[in-house]
Formats: sequence, C-alpha cells, structure tokens
Amino acid sequence: MSVQRYAHPYIPNSAPEVKEKMLAEIGFASIEDIFADIPGELRLKEKMNIPKALTEYELERHVNKLMNKNQTTKENISFLGAGCWPHFVPAVCGEINSRAEFVTAYAGEPYEDKGRFQALFEYQSLVAELVDMDVVNVPTFDWAQAASTALRMAARITKRTELLISKNIHPDKLLIIKNYTSPDLTVTLIDFENETGTLDLNDLKAKLTVNTAAVYFENPTFLGSVEVNGQMIADLAHGAGAICVVGVDPISLGVMESPANYGADIVCGDLQPLGVHMHYGGGQSGFIATHDDPTFVMEYPSRLFGIAPTEVEGEYGFGDVAYDRTSFAKREKGKESVGTQTALWGITAGVYLATMGPVGMEEVGQGIMQRSQYAAKQLAAIPGVEAKFAAPFFKEFVIDFTQTGKTVKDINAALLAKGIFGGVDLTEHYPELGQCALYCVTEVHTQEDIDTLVAAMKSIL
Amino acid sequence: MKTSEGTIDKMKRIPRDHKVRRFHQAKWDEPVIFELSQPGERGVEVPPVEPQIVETVGDCLSQLPDSLRRKKRPNLPEISQYRVIRHYSRISQEVLGSDFNVEIGQGTCTMKYSPKINERFVRSPKMAELHPLQDESTVQGMLEMTYQLDLYLREISGMDKFSFQPGSGTQALFTQASIVRKYHESRGEGEQRNEFITTHFSHPSQAATAAVKGFKIIYVPADENGYPDLEALKELVSERTAAFAVANPEDTGIYNSRIKEFTDVVHAAGGLCCYDQANANGLLGITRALEAGFDMCFFNLHKTFSVPHACGGPATGAIGVTAELAPFLPGPIVDFDGERYFYKRDLKNSIGKVRSFYGVPPAVLRSYAWVRALGADGLKEVAEIACLNNNYLYHKILQIRGASAPYIQGRRLEQVRYSWQQLKEDTGVTTYDVQRRMVDFAHHYWTSHHPYVVPEPFTLEPTESYSMAELDEYIAALTHISQEAYENPEIVKTAPHNSTGHRVLESVLDDPDQWCITWRAYLKKTAQE
Repeated sequence: MSVQRYAHPYIPNSAPEVKEKMLAEIGFASIEDIFADIPGELRLKEKMNIPKALTEYELERHVNKLMNKNQTTKENISFLGAGCWPHFVPAVCGEINSRAEFVTAYAGEPYEDKGRFQALFEYQSLVAELVDMDVVNVPTFDWAQAASTALRMAARITKRTELLISKNIHPDKLLIIKNYTSPDLTVTLIDFENETGTLDLNDLKAKLTVNTAAVYFENPTFLGSVEVNGQMIADLAHGAGAICVVGVDPISLGVMESPANYGADIVCGDLQPLGVHMHYGGGQSGFIATHDDPTFVMEYPSRLFGIAPTEVEGEYGFGDVAYDRTSFAKREKGKESVGTQTALWGITAGVYLATMGPVGMEEVGQGIMQRSQYAAKQLAAIPGVEAKFAAPFFKEFVIDFTQTGKTVKDINAALLAKGIFGGVDLTEHYPELGQCALYCVTEVHTQEDIDTLVAAMKSIL
Repeated sequence: MKTSEGTIDKMKRIPRDHKVRRFHQAKWDEPVIFELSQPGERGVEVPPVEPQIVETVGDCLSQLPDSLRRKKRPNLPEISQYRVIRHYSRISQEVLGSDFNVEIGQGTCTMKYSPKINERFVRSPKMAELHPLQDESTVQGMLEMTYQLDLYLREISGMDKFSFQPGSGTQALFTQASIVRKYHESRGEGEQRNEFITTHFSHPSQAATAAVKGFKIIYVPADENGYPDLEALKELVSERTAAFAVANPEDTGIYNSRIKEFTDVVHAAGGLCCYDQANANGLLGITRALEAGFDMCFFNLHKTFSVPHACGGPATGAIGVTAELAPFLPGPIVDFDGERYFYKRDLKNSIGKVRSFYGVPPAVLRSYAWVRALGADGLKEVAEIACLNNNYLYHKILQIRGASAPYIQGRRLEQVRYSWQQLKEDTGVTTYDVQRRMVDFAHHYWTSHHPYVVPEPFTLEPTESYSMAELDEYIAALTHISQEAYENPEIVKTAPHNSTGHRVLESVLDDPDQWCITWRAYLKKTAQE
C-alpha cells in the first residue's frame, strides 16, 4: 500500500481516484493540460526551495520550538507602550473572537451574515457612547491610518490642503500620515511646550493659515501628558475655518472627557486597548467618529453599518449606509479606498465594552491613573531620575535619566537581564529630550510589579 | 419516554435523495445589545488597585482639569457575563462563515481552509503577549518565522525581498502605488509620470489607492477574448506612464499568455509593472512574477496562504519587490546575519510606513505554518487542484441553463466570472435574485466587483479546499435555482426564505434624515412624539 494514494488533509481532491475522475469529466488527459496557456518560458522549471511538508504533529513541535524562543510580556514585567499597550483582556473577548463563525466569515450579505452586521453595528454604537458622537465607522487598519483618513476627510470638506499636526505624536504614525496624505496635502508640525508636553499655542497660532484644512492633536499625547488646552486648540482651528481632529486612547474615556465635548469635529484612535491582545503589533485597529452630519458622513471611505427595517414586521435588519460613497461602488471616484481592514477587532472591542459597562470603564480608567502616578512618583524619587513633564498624565509618562549619567539603552539592557522590559527609548526620535524613556503602566501592573521595577532601577543606577 | 404519537411498523432507511440541502439558518431574533441592559449588572470585574497605591496617590481624577474630567459615565449597557456570551454566541450563529458553507461563491477571495492548528499557535501567549518594541533578542522565534516566510515567498514569486507590513490587499495596492511614486521621484520624474494604467477587472482598490497617491487612472480595455488589449496598451503608454498594474489571470480566470509583451511595452516607456497576485492560488510553483517581467507583486496571506478572513481583517498583503526596489519598501525589514535575526532600518528610499509596527504578525505566523504543512510539492498541488476544481466547476456550470462564461472558451485557472445574462433575458431572474436564493440552500454567493463588465455576474473560486461532492452540491443548487427561474421565478425573486434575515428596506440607509449608524442615533431618529 503506497502512502501516496492518500490526499493531503487540506486538499481533498488530491486523492488520485478523484483527480482522475474529475480530469475524465472535463476531458483533460492530465493536470498539465490545464496550464497549457502558460508559455514554456514562463513556467517554473525547478522545484521551489521550500522544506518538505510536515504532518500536523511535526508542525506543532516545530512551531512551538520556534515560539518558545520568544519571551513574552507575561513572562517578564513589561513597561512598553507607545502605540501598543498591555491591558486586561476579559476571557469573553477571546471566546467570541475565536468563534469559527466570526473567524471564517468574510463578505456575506445582510440576510445571511446578519450576525456580522449586527456585531459591527453594535461595536459602532458602543464606541459611540464612549466618544459621545453619533457616527462611528467599521474599523480601519490602525490609529495612524484612521488619523490619515480623518485628515483627508477634513481636506475634502474644507477644500484646503494644509495639515497642522502636533509634534507630540508617535513618529511612526507621522510617517504613515505623511505617506497617506502626500502628494496632495502638506504636513506642518506644531511644537509642544518643553515644560508640559502640551501643544504650543503660540506656534499653532503662527502656523494657522487660510489654507489650513485641519489641526490634529492627541489626548493623551504620545509623550503621555494630558492635553489640557483642547477647547482652545479647537477654537483656534475653527476660528481659522479648519477642522479639529483629535486622536484619543479609548480606554481613557471612562474618566476623561470625550474630545467631542471640547470641540473635536472628528475623533479617531486605536481599539487595541479594548479587549485585543497586543499580538506583536497585530492587534492595532483604528476607528473614526463624527457627529451625524451628512457633510462628514459622506466623506468616510469606510463601511458604515446602519440599522433598518426588513420586509418582515418586527425584524431588525442591517446594511451599508450610503454605500455609493465607497471605492467598492465607485473605484477611484469613491472616497479613498475600502477593503479588508480589522473587522474582528471591532467586534472584539464591542464585546469588551458590553462586558465592562459604564462602571467598569470608569474603574479601569481611574485604576490606570492611580498605578501610573504611583509608578512615576516612585521612580522620580530615585536620585537622578526625574519625571520629564509637569503635567497630568494617563497611563504613559516620560522618565528622564539624563542626570544619572547612564543611557536609556544601558539601563534597559540591565533591566532586561532582570526580567524587566524597560520603557521605550526615546533618544532616537527625540534626542532633544536627553536620556528619556516612555513608561507605560496600566491595570495589568500590580504594586509588586512596580515596586520590583523601582528596586531594580535603584540597583542599576 | 415517548415523545410523539407517530408509529411505524418497521424501521426502514430514511430517504435522503433530495438534491439540494434542506437548510434553515439559525434565527435567534436577538435584541440589540443595549436592550439587554439591567442597571447593577456587570460582565467582569476590573483588577483592584492596592490600598497602598491609593494611599500614596489619592483618587488621581482630581488631577484632571475640570474640562477634561468626564462628567457623565458613558451610556454603555450593564450586562452579566453569561448574557454577553449568549448574545454574541447567538448572533455568531447568524453568520455564514466558511467553516459552515461551501464557500466557493466568494470568487477573488480564495476562501480556503484555515487550519485549526494555526489558530492555536496565534492564540498562544507566545504570540498574543508579545510587544512590538521588545528587544530583538526576546523575539527571535517570531523574527525567524518572518524571515523564513520571506524566503519562501521569494521562491514562489522570484522577487528579491518582501515586506509584511501592509494590512490587506488594499493596503498592499496602496504600498505599490507609494513605491511607484517614490521611485519616479527618486529619478526626478515624479511630476511627469502621473498616469497609472490598469484594467476594469482589477480590484476597485487598485484604482482607488493609486488615485489617493495622486495618479490619474487610465484603463486598458479588454479585447473580445477577455485579455487586456495589447495594442491599446501600446497607444496608452508614454513618458507620463508611472506604472501598469494588473492581475494575471484576472477574475475571468483566463491566463494572458502574452503578459511578458505587456510588461516589456511598459518598461520600454519607463514605467514600472505591478502584479496583483490576489489570484495567486492557482499559480504556486507553476509560474512567477519575475519571469513575467514584474517589478513587484503582492500576496494576500488571508487568501492564498490560509489566514482566515475574520469578517474582514486583520489581514496581510505581503509585498515583494526586485532588488532595485527593495530600498523603497516600508520599514523596518527583518534580516539575518547568519547568527541572529534583526530589523534592518536603513532603507534609503523607503516610502516610510503604511501600518504601525510590522503589520499583522499573527498572519505571518499562520502563513509560515501553512507553507510548512504543505512543502514545495504540496504548494504546487494546491495550485493544481485549485485549477482542476475550477475547470470542473466551469465545465459543469456551462451546462446549466441560462449560465455562461463570457470571453474565450477554453481553460480557466483559479476562478471564473460567469454571467446569468441569458437567464435574465429568459426569465427576468437576476444575479441578485440567485444570490438571495442560494442562501436557502446554505450557500454563499457573490456577484463581482464593479463595474459589471460581465452582465449579471457571479464569480466562483473553488480553491483546493472543497471535495468533488461539495462542488457537486453547489452546482446542484445553482442548477435547481435555474430550473426554478424557468418554472417558478417568483420563488427565486422573493428569496431568501430560509435565512436568518430577510430583505432589508434599504432606502433609509441612503437618506441622511433616516439613516441610523449607531443605536443612539436610532433612538433619536425614531423617538416617539
């Protein structure tokens, strides 16, 4: 009995009898006949240099061996954030987002994939409560791309081409925004105050022009400080006829005011904190929110799912709102482009918010602030170590090691040897700050974790 | 215990000779989640803060200026954990995922089997609990798999370097357009080369993303056989040509054997050639981007490489380029020095970035595992069987009354864009009617991308994942519906009958005064006087 008589488990019709039967049915002598249209010079002659197949058990052993070379943030104590953050993920989130119905679905219609439409409509609705706005989109790729689209929306609405962006944003996000907004829009950076990390209002005033389409800032800022002048920035933007776009960390909104209530016209952010594991950066997922104003709604490139009646009395139905906006309907004449983005993380964020509820969101926000302030206070009590900015912050803060005479790189290497992932080294992107690191502390950190960090730091410095 | 009054004399075989599945989708009639709220309930407890922390820092909220302090709790529902689970489990049953139906009706999307072992890998803490800015020494396993997958994709495509940063096919198309622009800018021709040539069969995002990058979109028409018209292309190229982007085969499944002449024409005019390999499933180990003259290509890991579609992402459009274009890729890129894996960050002409960090690493892990489960021979077998399945399906569909496959009759590779034009002319039944009726037999069915170059279109892509019996089941359902259309069209036109939902009264979705994009908007707009 030859093993080759059996099909690969993933390829049922590779069973020889089936293959022969199918070839006979269509009148081909061999599989090669199917490829007869491909000229010989375009055919791959040699065998690909790819290792031979592994059985499932061999694969499990092999991949686990590779994965065991990774050390996780759970096996160590990690204070890394900067756009991807450790948060408590309720088991409910993983249960729902691993259901095969959601995992293996794609693009069904509202009557057969009703659950997909409903879950995403509910996610939109739940995030809408958090941001206190009436319109939220089906998720984009990530916060950076959500911000890019929000800015392009603003440019289309104002018919202007200049974007003013706070310098206090993630440098990678700036690269993405620049890529998504060039060549037709220009980006000008606005300084931040050295003392507080908040936006330099004088610099903003100086740079606003009659061609400013949008002013973009974040709250909390990339370097952690809370932007206390949100309303003033929004007023300045509006005074110049520009749109105010604010990026926000949604997990802060149980305790922090929504940007919608201090002048934001468009709010965007990342859903990853809402029940999505970090996945080495694969958990990022962007959202955009606006008021229910058709001028804004019609500029979204994204799918927007709405609730509607069906032909059956008493039945909820769901479907695409204003589908003709999209590139699916209009190609290059639609609004930017839409396609596969991060729907499953949107569904997950919905599950998270439904599970946490209003009290949970307030408690988690407050608990994060308490832990992060505690950590900053303990660290800053170490001789030579300082909190960089004198401003309130949410979960991230900058620690300045310049006075210790040691580099962040060396400190982080020493921490790593003790099983601690130190804060993100800022020296490459913000050399002007000196030897600074961005620390992230959330509800996943216990007092013991923080005290361990502080003790380790003392022993290193 | 007797449960019914019915009796029989003798146990007999239960007749199972019906040709189409007697299906009914789950219908839970579940409320919208806000309607489940019961004040005082909660779904999970938040990790408590230690008393000593509170003692040290106080309530902290008072540190926020009043303008930034949330005044009112968000109006989220309050629901116990089990009820949340039941809600989402129920509505999940109202989704027709590809683990349930014979998902060959979503052509162009390669709805193949996503192996369960790979789902276990990505849900391991060894993947899920990694932070993208960890020290490279702590993620050597992840980097090794990324680098090795790059090597495998080079083998499959002939390209010299891959980036896994783009988060889908659409973002890969955007990345291609970004590279095209940057390449011409680097040669001082950025302003001049502003025309991007593609075809009507290309994915809508092809034209849409190139337009975002400031290009004027030019379409090469199809000739009578369904190929892009080479003579027309010759007329269209000029010193303004930035790039030509095309799939081969396109959604018709017809392989353009003169593709090298196309890329030669574009290169002679100074343009770049971009290969959309969303349709690569039928080509693994058969033919490559390099020999056909392309400068870059991309593979959708969520199509060809088995990553599940997840209701629409997260996903990956892995983009590969020639050595000349490698410095233009979005960074950083994983490299290997013989001892350790590391990130190469000095890409001198890099377009910057398109997605945060490195893209979607779980998709890379799944694809790596999938390639290792197949090996070189298995990958080629995937292509062969996918094409065999498609030609089998093609052969059978053409026997269905009212169905056709426009353009040249002969071989088709991975998929076919079919037409019900004849059915519509004969019976008035449209492709949308068939689409709604198919779900009554448990099948998902899709039309095609816009524009409908093929009238009354439907696009089927069987992949390698479904058995002959399953293909026969799908064919039987289409045959049955065709027969219904000729004999009793009303049953088709009034479908669906057995699905969760029914036809949505869509006009409200296009009216700003009536559309309700969130529950709160719905409550406001439908408030009773």
